[in-house]
Amino acid sequence: MSDNAKPSLQQKSLPFGRSLYSHALQSCMLLCIGITVALVFFLILYILIRAIPYFSWEILTTKPSYLRGTIGVLPDILNTIYLVFTALVIVLPLGVGAAIYLNEYAKSQKLVKVIEYAVETLAGIPSIIYGLVGMLFFCQFLSLQTSLLAGSLTLVIMSIPVIIRTTQESLKTVPNGYREGAFGLGSARWHMIRTVVLPCCIDGIVTGCILAAGRMLGESAALLFTAGFAHALHGYIDGITSSGATLTVALYVYAKEQGEFEVAFVIAAILLVLCFITNYLAQAYGRHMKKIKQ
Amino acid sequence: METIFDVENFNLWYGDNHALHNINMKIEKNAITALIGPSGCGKSTFIKTLNRMNDLIPSVKLSGSIRYRGQEIVNSDINVYNLRKEVGMVFQKPNPFPMSVYDNIAYGPRTHGIKNKSQLNDIVEKSLRDAAIFDELKDRLKDSALGLSGGQQQRLCIARALAVKPDVLLMDEPTSALDPISTSKIEELVLDLKKEYSIVIVTHNMQQAVRISDYTAFFLLGDLVEFDKTDKIFSKPSDKRTEDYITGRFG
Ligand SMILES: Nc1ncnc2c1ncn2[C@@H]1O[C@H](COP(=O)(O)OP(=O)(O)O)[C@@H](O)[C@H]1O
Ligand SMILES: [Mg+2]
Repeated sequence: MSDNAKPSLQQKSLPFGRSLYSHALQSCMLLCIGITVALVFFLILYILIRAIPYFSWEILTTKPSYLRGTIGVLPDILNTIYLVFTALVIVLPLGVGAAIYLNEYAKSQKLVKVIEYAVETLAGIPSIIYGLVGMLFFCQFLSLQTSLLAGSLTLVIMSIPVIIRTTQESLKTVPNGYREGAFGLGSARWHMIRTVVLPCCIDGIVTGCILAAGRMLGESAALLFTAGFAHALHGYIDGITSSGATLTVALYVYAKEQGEFEVAFVIAAILLVLCFITNYLAQAYGRHMKKIKQ
Repeated sequence: METIFDVENFNLWYGDNHALHNINMKIEKNAITALIGPSGCGKSTFIKTLNRMNDLIPSVKLSGSIRYRGQEIVNSDINVYNLRKEVGMVFQKPNPFPMSVYDNIAYGPRTHGIKNKSQLNDIVEKSLRDAAIFDELKDRLKDSALGLSGGQQQRLCIARALAVKPDVLLMDEPTSALDPISTSKIEELVLDLKKEYSIVIVTHNMQQAVRISDYTAFFLLGDLVEFDKTDKIFSKPSDKRTEDYITGRFG
């Protein structure tokens, strides 16, 4: 090739054809971003605009009363918190324990691969199927009826894969040198895991937890059959065996069965806020851990 | 001379791979024994059997006998946690835990049940002094060990191993990841530690073996080719293969 075939470094602009192509591509991408942002904002604004006129302290803090003809979503908020909390308390030890077993104890790599494959598959199953199985197994076979407990257990099964996966991923990032170092000093395996490995993984586990909580908050299909539709207020103890609608289920019931769209939008707005809060928590926690590590 | 490890007809397999063949050697107490040989000849494998770290690899099978202070450690149900407490290990890549300098040193003693704060303080100070790093680190006890330089990290790891009051220190190429100055500091330290500890050190570096060791074992493809006083190995090796290796004809 001769020297003058090389592109000159002085030449500032691209040849016309390439410049046109590049501009067209850029405009396309801008358009895509524009549409995405517009959709998200439209959705949020639409929900807020429809919800705000009906927002009142009363709707947030009372239960619905047919006698007085008033509507309140307090039971649904409490049910949601109760359900998510119970499910997390059960799923955390199960999922983290399973991940620790797979990563730190299991000797047969074949078995680990099979279980990991099963977990992957479980993670992709539509949640209505968990609802169906939960209804047949927890509500009927274990005779828990439609209750918050049955709903929680269904959520537990549903979110085990998330917890196992995120925990395993963070276990895998712990350098093997740490394990060898602890073993070399005479640690038993569980002591080593508790004192060296798990402290390195706390962020991963907490992040997994927040993710799982977010998914539970938004879940409705798995709860329709298992936790039920009741809007009653219960005590802390008897609540577990009673039927109760979460916010998402209540939203469905109000909008679809009762045509009360105002309430549905209020609930949607509450869910939006909860969503923001979980996302914010996840990010704030990530930033906090980064700071500590430095 | 007093023997600390007595190895007889020792064999090791990784699955079907026969990695160590019929090893016989007596490792002397309060001496430095260097293990040399080309990569993959089984030095690390051998050193890890001395504190049963090979137990962690499921495919490993052993035969023959290794007696530590007269107790059989091959295929016997001794308490491996106590064995590893007495036979400490320093690894090729410095591996301080992601904790403070203090907590790194206190890790071993705490693992073995020491909780008393002032006792731990004493152990931490003594271990750091013994590892000749106290002056450098005395103001940084609360800092993360991960912020130290590579050489400091390795000496911290030696201090951490000393904190459980071992008898023997196994060191697997402890200076191969370090710069020359850190290396010579560690060599001095190892020479100094010989008074109180028996040391087995794997090294890739012939000069290092000459500088610090009393005995040298030359491994080749899973065989222990020659084991003798270091002077003898490097001046009048009795095996042709040893001579070829130390004169740099292969490896
Ligand atoms: N964890 C392991 N699993 C299977 N084979 C191994 C393992 N570690 C080492 N080996 C094999 O054992 C032999 C000796 O390795 P090693 O002891 O690491 O040698 P060196 O430390 O002398 O370089 C090599 O052939 C190596 O492939
Ligand atoms: Mg090696």
